[in-house]
Parts: sequence; C-alpha cells; structure tokens
Amino acid sequence: MGKSQTIIFKNKPVIIGSYSIVGPKEGKGNFGPYFDYVMKDDSFGEKSYEKAEKKMLESAIVGAIEDAKIKPKDVQLILAGDLLNQIISSSYAARNFDVSFFGLFGACSTMAESLAVGSSFIDSKHFQKVVCATGSHFSSAERQFRFPLELGNQRPPTSQWTVTGAGATVLSSTGKGPKISMATIGKVVDYGVIDVNDMGAAMAPSAMDTMLAHFRDTNTVPDDYDMIVTGDLGKFGSEILIDLMEHNGIKLGLNYNDCGQMYFTRNQNTLSGGSGCGCSATVLNSYIIRKLRTGELKKVLFMPTGALMSTTAAQQGESIPGVCHAIVIESDVGKDSKKNFQSVEVKKQTKTSSIKSSPKAKNEELSLQNEKNDLNEKINSKDNDKEKMTDGRKQKSILSFNREE
Amino acid sequence: MDDKKRNEAYNKYVKAKLPKTRPWPSLFNSFLVGGIICCLGQGINDLILLWFPNMAEQSAWAYTLIVLIFIASFLTGIGIYDKIGKFAGGGSIVPITGFSNSIASPAIEFKHEGIIYGICVKMFTIAGPVIVVGIVSSILVGIIYLFI
Amino acid sequence: MYYLWVFLIGGFICMLGQVLIIYTNITSARILVTFVLIGVLLEAFGIFDPISSFARAGINVPIIGFGASLAKGAIGAVKAKGLLGAFTGGLEATAGGIAAAVIFAFIFALIFKSKTKN
Repeated sequence: MGKSQTIIFKNKPVIIGSYSIVGPKEGKGNFGPYFDYVMKDDSFGEKSYEKAEKKMLESAIVGAIEDAKIKPKDVQLILAGDLLNQIISSSYAARNFDVSFFGLFGACSTMAESLAVGSSFIDSKHFQKVVCATGSHFSSAERQFRFPLELGNQRPPTSQWTVTGAGATVLSSTGKGPKISMATIGKVVDYGVIDVNDMGAAMAPSAMDTMLAHFRDTNTVPDDYDMIVTGDLGKFGSEILIDLMEHNGIKLGLNYNDCGQMYFTRNQNTLSGGSGCGCSATVLNSYIIRKLRTGELKKVLFMPTGALMSTTAAQQGESIPGVCHAIVIESDVGKDSKKNFQSVEVKKQTKTSSIKSSPKAKNEELSLQNEKNDLNEKINSKDNDKEKMTDGRKQKSILSFNREE
Repeated sequence: MDDKKRNEAYNKYVKAKLPKTRPWPSLFNSFLVGGIICCLGQGINDLILLWFPNMAEQSAWAYTLIVLIFIASFLTGIGIYDKIGKFAGGGSIVPITGFSNSIASPAIEFKHEGIIYGICVKMFTIAGPVIVVGIVSSILVGIIYLFI
Repeated sequence: MYYLWVFLIGGFICMLGQVLIIYTNITSARILVTFVLIGVLLEAFGIFDPISSFARAGINVPIIGFGASLAKGAIGAVKAKGLLGAFTGGLEATAGGIAAAVIFAFIFALIFKSKTKN
C-alpha cells in the first residue's frame, strides 16, 4: 500500500481522432447510432473470422487516422492488442502500416493499457502522434475460448457475449479535443474464481482494487466524474463491483455503469452482457469520445477490466486473475456546449465523405457506405432532436441502460 | 492464509449472488425435444422394418442411427442444430444426434485450418472422450464377462 | 401407443441431461461421456434389454443406446471369440454409428461454413 499507482500527465495527450467499427448485432444494440461503421456481415468479406478481425482492426486504425485529419505517415507509434493467441490480429493489422508497433495484451482491458502506455510516451515527448487500437470478434473468440459455433449447447446466465468490434484512438501532443489527464495502472488481482463462464465475478475485485487506488491516489470521489465506466463486467459483475465498493465505504451512484451491461438491448439474448476488447474500445471511441467532444460529458473515468486466463490454465484448474486500468479523460469544451456540438456534426459529415472517397473501400462497401450515410443523416437529425432535451436527462437515460435501480 | 480466507468468502458471496433461474422451462424444453427426437427415431425404425421386413432388429437400429446422424450433421451444417440446442439444452445433446453434432460442428468450424489439421484433427475435440470412454469401458466389461 | 412410451422415456432421459447441465454446469462433452457410461453399465448388469423392449427408441436413440451396444458387442464377442472379443466386439457393434458420424461430418464440413450466432 501507500505507493501511488497513478500517473498524472503534465503534457496531457489530446484525443484528436477516434473510430469504431462493429458487427451487425452490435449495430442493433444500444450504442448502434453512435458507431462510425456497422458491418453488414461479420465475416467482413474475409474467408475466416480471424482475418475479419484483422481487417476490422486495420480499418479502425485507418478510420481514426482519417478522423484526426492527419496522414498515416504522421503516426509514429501504433499500440494495439486483441484476444487471439499471440495477438495475431493486431500484429497482422500493423503489418500494413509503416509505423513502429507495440503489441499489448491485457485481455479485455487492453484499450486502457494502450491509452496509458501511449499517453506516457506523449507526456514524455518521445512521440507526438500515437494510435491506440483494440478489437475482438465474437466468432474467433468463441472458437478459441469456448466451443464451435454450430455446437448445440446452452450458455449459463452469467456468460457474456464477446463483442464483434474494433476501436482506435489517435493521441496527439497538440490539437483540440478531449484530454487524458491521469492513468491508474492496476495490479493483477485474483480472488480465486474458477468458473470460466463467470468472468464478471472474476474481474470485479480487480476493478475494485484499481478504483480504490485511483480514488486514494487522486483524492477524488465518484461524484467528481460525470461517468464512471468499467469495461465488461457485465450485468452480474457490475452488481458485484457495486457491492464490493460499498463494502469499502464508497457508494457508486447512477453515474456508474458497465460497457458490457449497456451494450446490448434486453431482447438480444446476451445474458450478462457484452465482453471482449471490442466492448470497451467501441463504446469509448463512439459514445464516450463523442459526448466528451460535445461537452455533454466533462470528466470520464474509463476502466476496462481484463481476465488474464487461457483455456490451458483453466483446464489445469487455475483460478482467473483479473486486471483493470483506469484512464481519466476530460473534455476541453466549456459550458457552452451547444455551439461545439454543431461543429462536431459538421466534422462528422466531412469525415464520412472522406471515407467514401478513400481507395480502400471496395464497391460493395461503397454502396454500404451510402446506406450508412443516409442512416447517419437520419441519426444526426435524431440526435439534434434529442438535443432539445436537457443534457442531464439524456445522460441519465443512456447511463441507466439495463440498470435496475 | 489470509488470501485463502478472503477468496473463500468471496466465492461464497458470488455463489449466493448468482442469478436464480427457474429450472422448469428448460427442463420442459429438453423433455419435449428429447422425446420428439426419440419418436422420430422410432418412426424411422418402423419405416425401415416396414420396407425390409426380413431385416434383423440390430441392423434396423444401426440404420436408424445412421439416418439420425445424417439428419443431425446436415442440420449442423446449415446452422440450425445450434439453434435447436439453445432451446432444448440436454434435449438435443443426449440423443445420438447430439453426438453427431459434436463431431460435425468442430469439423465445420475448423475447416479454414485445412482438411488435415483443421477438419480431421479437430473433428474429435468434443466427441473424442465419448469414444475413448466408451471403448475403454466396453473392453473392461468384456474382460469381466470373460471370467464370469 | 408405444410412441407414448418412446416419448416419455426418451424425454425423461434427455431431461436428466438438462438437470445435470443446470445443477452441475457441465459441458456437453461430459454429459455425453456420462450417458455413454450409464449405457455401458446398464448393459453390463443386464438391465438395458428389459427397458429397451418397451422403451424402444426412447432408450436406443439417446447416447445410452450407443454405450449399451458397445458393451453388448463386447460381451457377445467375448462369448464367441474369447479375450479378443473384448477388444473387437464393442467397436464392431458401433462401427456403423461412428463411421456415419465421421463421414457425414467430413462431407458437410467440406460443403458448409460455420455461421455466426445472433
């Protein structure tokens, strides 16, 4: 105890670009309207799901670079990770970029890990532009960790649904956008949970550990944040976390939720909710960053959790250790959020058109992109309608997704 | 020692907090689907005996199982068996069709790794133990019968 | 009329599998192994045939029947061929089922692609 686990950045890295890409099921979920790209088919035109995952990560990185309005050659470092053995999706995706690369593994917490590492590089002025990306794919994860897709088995109620999706963030030493102000590096925590179908319970103690360390190191309380999100504890795991925190004398209010719990709608049959690297990465790079840019969210504590196990370890009877890293992201927008919201909308329009003209898009995807553009316009108009509602109410409405309070 | 106590307490707490599901709907589903699959098997068996009245009972059963296995493999291939399984649970695992599904599903799943290392190697990832345990126990039973 | 017995007994056996799933959380491989063992034991103690005579497909279609024919083959062959029968009998009796499962799985694996779940 005593020693600080938190880095407070002096030269705060700026999030200048973000991109999220998800599968069709995820697109129908609660965050559907916020994603940059929803795939029509989760094989993404590739032969295998592993290749699809790689392509997803690749397009997330390209998308985020375009969103940041910089050129791929401006990027000095790519930090990426995923769930597959030897993190092949990340390495294979990075193969196509002429950029230094670090592959990271923190299971489902990799998004925060990459942001923390990237921010440190920028804070220390070694690099000016860093891309952080993670992704996961339901079908590739399922065959690696569980059973073949066609096997007729039932999933226990605590099991979670690996999100098909990838998210990428561009960090920069200069520019405008939400800033990363702190990072708390978590410890590996193991409370002896063995059930591989109950990841939420296995990871909740690590989230508690990191959360306590963060509040202790920074002298903050939950109410200092507009939003506290864990990654993929799921419905069951986040209830455990609330109990654990209460046990430690900290009450998590309505500003706390879990990406996995919020991800899918109730009738999507995902039991305890979403999981996987892609879960927290896509929520961060769509909903959270967008709301930070508009100033609807001012200060977000983003803390994805990861279960650091493998099937081999599980079969040998090992319990499941968890790790959780926390990142604090602050909006650079003042109180007059309305004006800025407009400018972001304009930015978004130009962004979709830039993707449309990029040579990477194939014909099939082009037509899809057109559809998507129409959809985007619809969503944007819907968003503006929503904007008429009070900020507080809207925020509460999405934060209380799937929360029984 | 302290950690061990803490872990025990935590696991106990998690167990108590586990969402309670009502078992009856899933039990009923498995009963229904299991019963239907068995009736289907009986129907096939009766048809075989109707068409080939001279067939030995043992061979008729073998043909019945082969037909059921064919149907289950096909349903696995077109992606329907896993949906039945999601609804029926044990109802579609325990019949011989579940055995067939457990062989066909990894074979289909791992086809991208090639015919030898994908389909052939992975085919028995789930059903392998069934065959091993079945053979070992039947040999033991045979040897025991040798001495009595 | 005997279809009712087939339905009831077959359904009941499958429901036992579901009970195992709910209360012990075991995977489908373990369920199959358990029921094959049950089948071998039923046959070894001579209980299988009396049940089979009225349950018919109700007990032959569940994987219990597979276990029973393994044991039945081994027992029968031991009586005819001696020790060698213990080794050859079980597989001989179930060769049809195993071979069918292998060949159909192989063919359909070549034809079909795994589809994602929703």
